[in-house]
Amino acid sequence: MTTSAHALSIQADFTAQPSAAANSAAIKLTVDALHKSYGDHQVLKGVSLQARKGDVISLIGASGSGKSTMLRCINFLEQPEAGAITLDGQTIELGQGRGPNPAQLQNLRTRLAMVFQHFNLWSHMTVLENITLAPRRVLGITRHEAEARARAYLDKVGLPARVADQYPAFLSGGQQQRVAIARALAMEPEIILFDEPTSALDPELVGEVLKVIQTLAEEGRTMLMVTHEMGFARQVSSQVLFLHQGRVEEQGSASILDQPQSERLQQFLSNRLK
Amino acid sequence: MIELIQDYGLAYLYSDGAGLSGLAMTLWLFVVTMVAGFLLSLPLALARVSRKPWLRWPVEFYTWLFRGTPLYIQLLICYTGLYGLEVVRDHEMLDRFFRNALNCTLLAFVLNTCAYTVEIFAGAIRNIPHGEIEAAQAYGLHGWKLNLFVVLPAALRRSLPSYGNELILMLHATSLAFTATIADILKVARDANAATFLTFQAFGIAALLYMLLSFALVGLLRLAERRWMRFLVPSRG
Repeated sequence: MTTSAHALSIQADFTAQPSAAANSAAIKLTVDALHKSYGDHQVLKGVSLQARKGDVISLIGASGSGKSTMLRCINFLEQPEAGAITLDGQTIELGQGRGPNPAQLQNLRTRLAMVFQHFNLWSHMTVLENITLAPRRVLGITRHEAEARARAYLDKVGLPARVADQYPAFLSGGQQQRVAIARALAMEPEIILFDEPTSALDPELVGEVLKVIQTLAEEGRTMLMVTHEMGFARQVSSQVLFLHQGRVEEQGSASILDQPQSERLQQFLSNRLK
Repeated sequence: MIELIQDYGLAYLYSDGAGLSGLAMTLWLFVVTMVAGFLLSLPLALARVSRKPWLRWPVEFYTWLFRGTPLYIQLLICYTGLYGLEVVRDHEMLDRFFRNALNCTLLAFVLNTCAYTVEIFAGAIRNIPHGEIEAAQAYGLHGWKLNLFVVLPAALRRSLPSYGNELILMLHATSLAFTATIADILKVARDANAATFLTFQAFGIAALLYMLLSFALVGLLRLAERRWMRFLVPSRG
């Protein structure tokens, strides 16, 4: 288990307690009773969560539990059928054919940045172009400013300046994922969504990506993260949601990973240690 | 042979006294055809892969029609067939357009190459990894911005080799223009042959000129691939 060894070494030098500071902070995002189904199969049966500024929320659960779908519904890469999503006081109500209007959708997507399992960098663009595209074409900032921003964030995720002119295919998986994180940061989003950010990486590359995410957590950035890295979730999360068959089976602070109450979470955690 | 070059050299290259001819005419036909065909094919390729049937089906029908018939027949229909119709002759603008041989030739060439190019680009658009499109959407790109900044640049780069092939095929296909009395390289060669009976030399010069053009085109394509397809070179080590 190389991955958990990494997570443990990170745990050792992790000191901040995000949950303590987050409690009094303003509510950033509220997801209310989200429903989603594919045909007859109900994937989400009313999942809710609330993120305050600085919260790091981990969504955990077995595959098929709906955690990735949940994350993808929040920025409408999947269309949820019912529920409501409120970002900074602006609510999008869903149901009976109602969804976000184009302006709401655009507004939401520019304020939520996503990091994907398979990086999804634009392969025909250099690293610099990848990071500057959305800030220039969506936020409308100048090329000069966008490039300065891109270089600053590349430095922040620990990549040398020379990768700026390289194409993604020439980088390792860990480097690509860090570029993807820089791309998310360059949007200066309210919330960053991580969809299993280390699942596609070779074990020896997981640590470098987790370290970057940990730094972001320490800075008090608001993040939602679907993850299989239990050790990592335990250290950085202010909240943990355990999903099972489209419902939140158990939720609470990171301590639920040490003292799970529900039988299902106990089962899930013990299976992962085998 | 020397006489042939003295009499027809200029005509082979750029002017037969009555206007543009030979190499210059072929180049002109080729460039106008390719530029117009390329520009027209971009929106049509996007329509071709659209989820909306009313956008997709007409384009599908168009490419089926033009890829399903020989270019020579398309040229004959444009040049003589359409002008044979009373509606065309009675309409002032159409009459003026179709009375000009160059217009008819260009129309046939553009419609033909555009049909093939649409299929090349549409195929490349379908081959863009889905995650890249999804990422663009997640970052707030949609509609024309999504197409202009992500979809088309990704698709055009990927289709460079097959589009290069289409360019070379179309360059050679312009030699059909002589059937519509356009004074391209082949037309000059036929005139030279008819006047001198030096068949081998007359057509040999034409072949050399086409080879020269192809050679330059291949060189340009190689430069383009080096510049725009670097991203596909697999990483080493």
